[in-house]
Amino acid sequence: MPKLTIDGIEIEVEPGTSVLQACERLGIEIPRFCFHDRLSVPANCRMCLVELERSPKPIASCANPATDGMVIHTDSELTKKARKGVMEFLLINHPLDCPICDQGGECDLQDQAVAYGLDHSRYQENKRAVKEKYLGPLIKTFMTRCIHCTRCIRFANEIAGVEELGATGRGEHMEIGTYIESAITSELSGNLIDVCPVGALTSKPYAFAARPWELKRTDSIDVMDAVGSSIRIDSRGGEVMRVLPRLHEDVNEEWISDKTRFACDGLKRQRLDRPYVRKDGRLQPATWPEAFAAVADRLSGLKGEEIAAIAGDLADAEGLMALKDLMASLGSPNLDCRQDGAKIGEGPRSGYIFNTGIAGIESADAILLVGTNPRWEAPMVNARIRKRWLLGGQIGALKVGVVGPDVDLTYRKEHLGAGPRTLESIAQGKNAFADVLKAAEHPMVIVGMGALTRSDGAAVLAMARSISETYGAVKEGWNGFNVLHTAAGRVGALDLGFMPGEGGRDLPGILDGAQSGAVKLVWLYGADEFDVSQLGPDADNGAFVVYQGHHGDRAAHRADVILPGAAYTEKNATYVNTEGRVQRARMAVFPPGDAREDWRIIRAFSETIGRKLPYDSLTQVRNRLAEVNPVFGTLDRLPEEGLGDFGEAGKVGSAGFVSPVDNFYMTDPISRASITMAKCMDEIVGRASAAAE
Amino acid sequence: MLRDEDRIFTNLYGWYGADLEASRQRGIWDNTKALVALGRDEVVEQVKISGLRGRGGAGFPTGLKWSFMPKQSKDGRPSYLVINADESEPGTCKDREILRYDPHRLLEGALLSGVGMGASACYIYIRGEFYNEGSAVQVAIDEAYDAGLLGKNACGSGYDYDVYLHRGAGAYICGEETALLESLEGKKGQPRNKPPFPAMAGLYGCPTTVNNVETIAVVPEILRRGGEWFGALGRPKNCGTKLFCISGHVTQPCNVEEELGIPLKELIDRHAGGVRGGWDNLLGVIPGGSSVPVIPKDICDTVLMDFDSLRDVKTALGTAGVIVMDRSTDIVEAIVRLAHFYMHESCGQCTPCREGTGWMWRVLRRMGKGQATVEEIDTLYEVTKEIEGHTICALGDAAAWPVQGLIRHFRPELERRIQAYRREAQARAA
Repeated sequence: MPKLTIDGIEIEVEPGTSVLQACERLGIEIPRFCFHDRLSVPANCRMCLVELERSPKPIASCANPATDGMVIHTDSELTKKARKGVMEFLLINHPLDCPICDQGGECDLQDQAVAYGLDHSRYQENKRAVKEKYLGPLIKTFMTRCIHCTRCIRFANEIAGVEELGATGRGEHMEIGTYIESAITSELSGNLIDVCPVGALTSKPYAFAARPWELKRTDSIDVMDAVGSSIRIDSRGGEVMRVLPRLHEDVNEEWISDKTRFACDGLKRQRLDRPYVRKDGRLQPATWPEAFAAVADRLSGLKGEEIAAIAGDLADAEGLMALKDLMASLGSPNLDCRQDGAKIGEGPRSGYIFNTGIAGIESADAILLVGTNPRWEAPMVNARIRKRWLLGGQIGALKVGVVGPDVDLTYRKEHLGAGPRTLESIAQGKNAFADVLKAAEHPMVIVGMGALTRSDGAAVLAMARSISETYGAVKEGWNGFNVLHTAAGRVGALDLGFMPGEGGRDLPGILDGAQSGAVKLVWLYGADEFDVSQLGPDADNGAFVVYQGHHGDRAAHRADVILPGAAYTEKNATYVNTEGRVQRARMAVFPPGDAREDWRIIRAFSETIGRKLPYDSLTQVRNRLAEVNPVFGTLDRLPEEGLGDFGEAGKVGSAGFVSPVDNFYMTDPISRASITMAKCMDEIVGRASAAAE
Repeated sequence: MLRDEDRIFTNLYGWYGADLEASRQRGIWDNTKALVALGRDEVVEQVKISGLRGRGGAGFPTGLKWSFMPKQSKDGRPSYLVINADESEPGTCKDREILRYDPHRLLEGALLSGVGMGASACYIYIRGEFYNEGSAVQVAIDEAYDAGLLGKNACGSGYDYDVYLHRGAGAYICGEETALLESLEGKKGQPRNKPPFPAMAGLYGCPTTVNNVETIAVVPEILRRGGEWFGALGRPKNCGTKLFCISGHVTQPCNVEEELGIPLKELIDRHAGGVRGGWDNLLGVIPGGSSVPVIPKDICDTVLMDFDSLRDVKTALGTAGVIVMDRSTDIVEAIVRLAHFYMHESCGQCTPCREGTGWMWRVLRRMGKGQATVEEIDTLYEVTKEIEGHTICALGDAAAWPVQGLIRHFRPELERRIQAYRREAQARAA
């Protein structure tokens, strides 16, 4: 282990540690622009120069590995002079437009100029101006501000895996751009805004909207996919201004997908901000007592089996718990949370979660993707697979086999086949990829919803399990059987057993019942992702529909009573991500108008029908959660469970797997209401499909 | 003065053919097999004894550089020799003559140097503008392959060695060794960070040595005549012969091979027919290609042309492109032109060079007309100091040095112009 001296303090570091990292370990701040922990090191900004004894020139601390006997000075005259010089050079052609720059207040250049720069400019020539570039509907450019740190190029090439950004021109005329002036076709492009240390790349939807010091920051959890990325919600007054990523090494590192980041403008449109009751065939605004009375009226006299509840993809555990308890008190066994009809949830927990955890992907050496397009279903998972793939040179190659849709996943993969027949041949050892899995030390199987929502889903699930077991994906210390969910609320709902009870109906059963008249009232808790028309045309010729949710989306139009709930930014809620990690979203703003937190709505309603639920506070609901399933007593912890018995061996069909996400930008009521997402769809998905035709 | 029998570049002026037959008559490819048979260690030893220093400008001892190459490949990576034929330094045209008239000397050197560093292949990176020169080298490569001098079992020695020619696209920065490697790999020519040095991870991540054309071309002669012979020429630590390119205000601009350590005055007087209008008409000389500081006449009177002597007077031998300027020269305008060149050729990768070269040029341009203040001269000098040593490659230094040379030796001229402009302005105002 190399031992070096920094500012007179001796420190021993791991081999391969850079001088900059060694300084950081001692708490010594080294200014930098181009260096980024998760990107390659170009050492081109030269801001991190430090003095090395017996070296004629100062060295770039980010790129120089710490070696034995180095003597570093980070506050010597030489170092200070070098920093001052570099800072001066960065500023001479940087516009003095901080007052109108969106990066103002959170700008690396601004901060470091104050700390390391001169107080005046000696540059008397004209400043350089650079033409704006077009990078799509999400990223606004102001290229005159660019300091050419190339973080964006490296992010696009390395993390996002789209080689669309680059530098053209030389010297002063070097410009960053896409060359052909088109939108960046990456679902991670929003992170370019975060990696840009200056105001060259800023958020287009958020342009000129707020200043960072006006914002209230709330640490929360994302629900746009089942990854549960850690996010920070920035709000002002009652408005969510923007969503930023928060560091979580095991889940999203420091990135988030574009949907997570930009769909938040959907929180302001199409909102249900007051109760509605259908009168004379039309939904009329109502008060809470009126709405409750309308539901209670309809409920009276109904038997338990005539009532049903369906939970949606964004449902939080607290609301689910309350609804499940309400249904239990009404005697209804008709519950389902699987709007897509996925054949999961029976059997042990390990049969429906991502057992290795997302970080576990980095240990895998062979991955079989079954019926999933992780790039669109869970961009953070896909980014992790790419990260592992890029590490191939250092820790051994990663082999990826795909059974399902053949799409560009940003890493090399082998497309083995489209459907369950291919899976069968792997299970029987007839496919060459079976040998790859067998030879791998840590093989991994990732089963997507595209494989499980089919009529033969249970058989496919059983087959995936048998592949995992026969090829060594499940062993001591490694459970490589993974289910990749697309719905943020799904695992939590399965954990709570929001499933048909004894003799209860599942989703198709409820829909059949609604049409045959056997089910007379259906409570939809944010459920929009199924064919609502199957509930019957109206309450007289089908089920009476109670819609509890936050957006006037598909199901709300069919509802007979609307109970306005809270979106994920407006409630303190528990979500369980696809890994089985229990995480908490926090209230950043209040729900609009009369809307309320969901569990409170159900609790209040239970009282009006004389079946008062036994909890009055969030703590009490959470205690109840932990009582039903002890995992809710944990927080942000990855369960370690062996594989049990699940799935159902049987015949499989021949149709190919289809990813449930056919349009990354619109998958739920919030993103469907988002103007930004609509623009992305036109620009990126639209262009891609036009190109395909 | 160099004796004719010690001359290495016997076809410097193209008086004889460049083809294989004519080259053989000049002793090239003569019993190369025996030289290959010397083996790796002996080749490096002889080059070390010869005291050969890199002819590309930095003057790093060549034998030492080769000895950095791994003795044995531990992981199956091959080693490469890359010959830097991207000669773009203003005032320098020595490699051009070798490529044109003596390509076989280079190829023989490529083979023997390859033996010295255990390389399996050699890439010659030639600047795109050298179209005819590139063609000449390619013809020579083809001839050598046909004659069994290169390729499998080169010269019947049992050593397998391939030589490839690669044409650049004309960027000055691609003459920097790591930018050259990037360009050779098909990327944008931007210098890499060191460490890792090319000897550890160079071309395609494999151990690589990059040498100048002239360095490689003198190797066969060193091995044939022995390191001591070469080492005895010139001055201690500055051994051997060197091609000098004398241009500018001399009666007869020329390329000439001379011993290192020849007095500058003798070099100009004897080979270039003297300074136009006589030695006393001399204003200054840029002794080593555009990137080294200019030296005024009083230094030129006595200075010797070798690495160490020129370093002692705060300039450098560089590529030995001697640019002579007589008293008719607008010295500020000359340096402005060089500053513009470096601004234009900066790759733009790292901050001090990208921003600083433009700044220097703009200030200098004003200063040339006197439109500046005296204090700005100090600012300009500070700017050059802020660039120097703070960049990834040496282009930043190369851009800063000519300006430093100007300020160091011609500051009175700058001040005179500033004051003259001010007087004029006052006169106009009045």
